[in-house]
Amino acid sequence: MTIEQAIALAPAERAVNLIGSDLTEKSLKLHLEGLSGVDAVGLEQRAAGLGTRSIKTTSKAWALDTIIKLIDLTTLEGADTPGKVRSLAAKAVLPDPSDASTPQVAAVCVYGDMVPYAADALGSAWSNGADNGINVAAVATAFPSGRSSLAIKIADTKEAVANGADEIDMVIDRGAFLSGKYGVVFDQIVAVKEACRRDDGTYAHLKVILETGELNTYDNVRKASWLSILAGGDFIKTSTGKVSPAATLPVTLLMLEVVRDWHLLTGEKIGVKPAGGIRSSKDAIKYLVTVAETVGEEWLQPHLFRFGASSLLNDVLLQRQKLTTGHYSGPDYVTID
Amino acid sequence: MTENDTAVSAKAPSFLDYAPAPESTSVLHLKKHYGLFIDGEFVDGRGDAFTTISPATEKEIASISNANNADVDAAVAAARKAYDRTWSKLSGADRGKYLFRIARLVQERARELAVAESLDNGKPIKESRDVDVPLVAAWFFYYAGWADKLDYAGLGPNPQSLGVAAQVIPWNFPLLMLAWKIAPALAAGNTVVIKPAETTPLSAMIFAEILQQADLPQGVVNIVTGAGDTGQALVNHPDVNKVAFTGSTGVGRAIAKSVAGTGKKVTLELGGKAANIVFDDAPIDQAIEGIVNGIFFNQGHVCCAGSRLLVQENIHDEVVDRLKARLATLRLGDPLDKNTDIGAINSKAQLDRIRELSNIGESEGAERWTADCAIPENGFWFAPTIFTNVSTSSRIAREEVFGPVLSVLTFRTPAEAIAKANNTPYGLSAGIWSDKGSRILAVADKLRAGVIWANTFNRFDPASPFGGYKESGYGREGGRHGLAAYLESAGWAAPAVTKGGKK
Repeated sequence: MTIEQAIALAPAERAVNLIGSDLTEKSLKLHLEGLSGVDAVGLEQRAAGLGTRSIKTTSKAWALDTIIKLIDLTTLEGADTPGKVRSLAAKAVLPDPSDASTPQVAAVCVYGDMVPYAADALGSAWSNGADNGINVAAVATAFPSGRSSLAIKIADTKEAVANGADEIDMVIDRGAFLSGKYGVVFDQIVAVKEACRRDDGTYAHLKVILETGELNTYDNVRKASWLSILAGGDFIKTSTGKVSPAATLPVTLLMLEVVRDWHLLTGEKIGVKPAGGIRSSKDAIKYLVTVAETVGEEWLQPHLFRFGASSLLNDVLLQRQKLTTGHYSGPDYVTID
Repeated sequence: MTENDTAVSAKAPSFLDYAPAPESTSVLHLKKHYGLFIDGEFVDGRGDAFTTISPATEKEIASISNANNADVDAAVAAARKAYDRTWSKLSGADRGKYLFRIARLVQERARELAVAESLDNGKPIKESRDVDVPLVAAWFFYYAGWADKLDYAGLGPNPQSLGVAAQVIPWNFPLLMLAWKIAPALAAGNTVVIKPAETTPLSAMIFAEILQQADLPQGVVNIVTGAGDTGQALVNHPDVNKVAFTGSTGVGRAIAKSVAGTGKKVTLELGGKAANIVFDDAPIDQAIEGIVNGIFFNQGHVCCAGSRLLVQENIHDEVVDRLKARLATLRLGDPLDKNTDIGAINSKAQLDRIRELSNIGESEGAERWTADCAIPENGFWFAPTIFTNVSTSSRIAREEVFGPVLSVLTFRTPAEAIAKANNTPYGLSAGIWSDKGSRILAVADKLRAGVIWANTFNRFDPASPFGGYKESGYGREGGRHGLAAYLESAGWAAPAVTKGGKK
C-alpha cells in the first residue's frame, strides 16, 4: 500500500461530516469501496418493471405538465448562435403558443458564452437567482470531455456565473475516476463548487455530470454518484448527451437510489438529472414513475429533478394537445425550437 | 435548498394514486357453461356442475361440469384409443408440428388467456400477461423442439412413450402448470387426461378451444374438471401408465400410496418452505427486490416462494426497514388493473388458512407488520405481511403458508445459514444473495434444494429442470430431465408398464 494516498483532500463539509476530518485520498477510497455492490440483472429488471406502469387519463395529464416543468430545454452545439438561443428561450417561456395553460420549463441550458443572450431573451421570465422563474444553466469545465487543467475549468465556471448563470452543469474527470484517483475528481468538484460562488456569497446550483456511458459499470456509477454528493454537488446528472449511451432508466434508478440513501442518512435532498436520449413522453413518464416509487413524489419538483432534453418537449406538447382536443396533430403544429 | 416542497403534494391528488388502467375484458368470449373436453369435443359431465368465481369480486364467471367416475373412464378410454391408434404412430417431427401450432395459437390468444387467468385466479394482469402466458408459449415451443430428438434425451436409443398420462394440477398457475404437464407428455408421445383445479378451470377451457383450433387429433388431450374425488378417480384409474401431480404434500403422499405397486410411473411436485439467504455483502437494493419478488409474486401462492428470509444478523435492521419501505409502494387491488402488484387470494379456504397461520405466528411471539393498504370490500384479500423475531420452531417458519407472508430469521455465519436453510422437511428451492461468486457456489453446493437462485428469485425457463428434495416431491419438470418423466429406456421397462396398464 502506498503512503502517497494519504494526501489530504479539500475539507468539503459533507465529506468531513461523514468520513471524518482527516479526509484523505485513502479514507475516501475506503469509504467508496464500502458501498454495497449493484447487481446489473436485478437493477435492469426493476427498471423494466417500473417501465410497465400504465399511466392514463388524469394521471397522464398531470404527468405531461410535470414533465414540461422539469425540462432543462437544451441546445449544446458548436453551431449555436444568439438567434438560436433567443428562439429557444422564447419557447421556454411559451412552449405552446396555441395553449396558454401550458406550463413553462425549468431552465434553458446552453454553453457559457451564450448565457447573456439566454438571460436577456428570457427577460422578466428569468429567475436571476430567485426561486421562481426560468433558470439559465450553463455547461462548464471544458464540457463535454473535461480534458483541461483545473485552472481553466475554474475560469470557465466563474465566467458563466459572472454572466448570470443560475446553474452550472460540470463534468467530472472520467479519466481520473477510472484510474482510481478519486481524490482528484473530488478536489475538482470542490473547487468548481467554490467557483460557483457569486459576489454576494450565494452559489449557483451545481449539477455534476458523471457521464455514465463512459463509467461503464453500475458499481462505478454508484461510487461516482456518492463521491459527487460528498464533494458538494446539488444535483447528480447522468450524461453530457455527447456520449452513447446517455441516460438510461436503470442508471437513473440507481442514482435515485443513491439520493434516497443519502436522504435517509443525512436528511439532505439531492437532485437527479437524466440527460440525453429521452425523446418521447412515454419514456419520460417512465422516469416520473421511477422517481415517485423510489425517492417519493416530493422529488418531482424542479429543484430536485430535471430532464436534460431538447426534442422531448415537442413530443410532450403533441401528447398534451391530444389529451385536450382528442386527436393527434402533427409535428408542424409545434415549433421547431 | 428551497423548501416549498409540501405545497405541491398537498394540493394535487397524489400521482402515485395512478388513475385506473383496467385491462379490457372485451377480448373474452366466455360461455355460460363449460363441459368436459373428451375425445376432442365438449361434453356435459355426469356429476353436479359447479360454478367458478372471480376471487376479486366473488362474482360467478361460468358454470363448469363435474366429472364423475364414468366421465373419467370415458376420458381415459379416449386417451387410450388416441394413443393406440394415432399419437404413438406419429413421427416425432409430426408431433412437434402440433406442439409448435399450439405454441403459436397461445401467443395469438395471449391477451385473452391472460385476462381469463387473472379473472379466474385473482393474480395481477401484469403477471399473467408478462410471466404466465409467455412461459406457457415458451414451454410448448421448447418441447416441440424435443419431439423428434428423443434419442438424445439421455435415455439411450429409441426411448419409448409410456401410454396414458393422468395429470392433476393446482390453482396457483393454472395455465402454466397445464403447459408444464402437457407439453413434455405430448412431445414424448403420450396422451393425456388432465384435471385442472376446482377453483381455476377457466383458462384450461380456453386452452381446449385452442386444441380444437390446432386440429390436434381427438383424444390426445382430454380435460376433466371437478374436485378432489375426480382427481382421485383419475390417478387411481387402472388404465393410466403415468401419474403427474403438482400440489400439496398431503395429497401427494396419498397419491404415492395409492399408486404404489401398480407400475404407474409417478412424478410429484409438492410444497416448499424456501430459504432466501441474504449475506451482508449482497447488492442490497436488488436483494430487496428479490425478497419482494420471492414471496409477494403471485400473492405468495408459489410452491417455491422464498417464504423464509434468512438475513445475516449485522444487516437485519437495515434489510427489514428497506423492505417495509418497499412494501409500502406495492399496490393491492383489482387484478385486471395493469398497475396492480398484489391481486386477490385465490379462495376463501386459502384466505382462512393464511389468516389462521398468521394468527398462530403472532401468538407464538413473532412480531407482525402489515403494509398499510386499503382492502377492497368484496373478494378475498390479504395485505403483504412480514414477521420478525421469528424462531426456527415457530409454525410460520416451518409450515407452508402459501400466501403473502414472510418470516424473517437471522444467521451469523455461512455455516449457520446453510444449517437453518436445510432444517425443513421440504427442499424445493432456495435463494442466495451475495456479491461474492465463490461464496454463492460454496453455499449452493450444500443446500438441499432442487432449484437454487443466485441474486435473483422465482425465475423460470423451459430449459431448466425444476423439482424438489425430500417432502417437496420427486422427479423433475422442464429441460431434458423433464422428458425422463414421460419416457422409458427401450431396454427394460416396457413389459412392466404394459402389464400394469392393461389390467
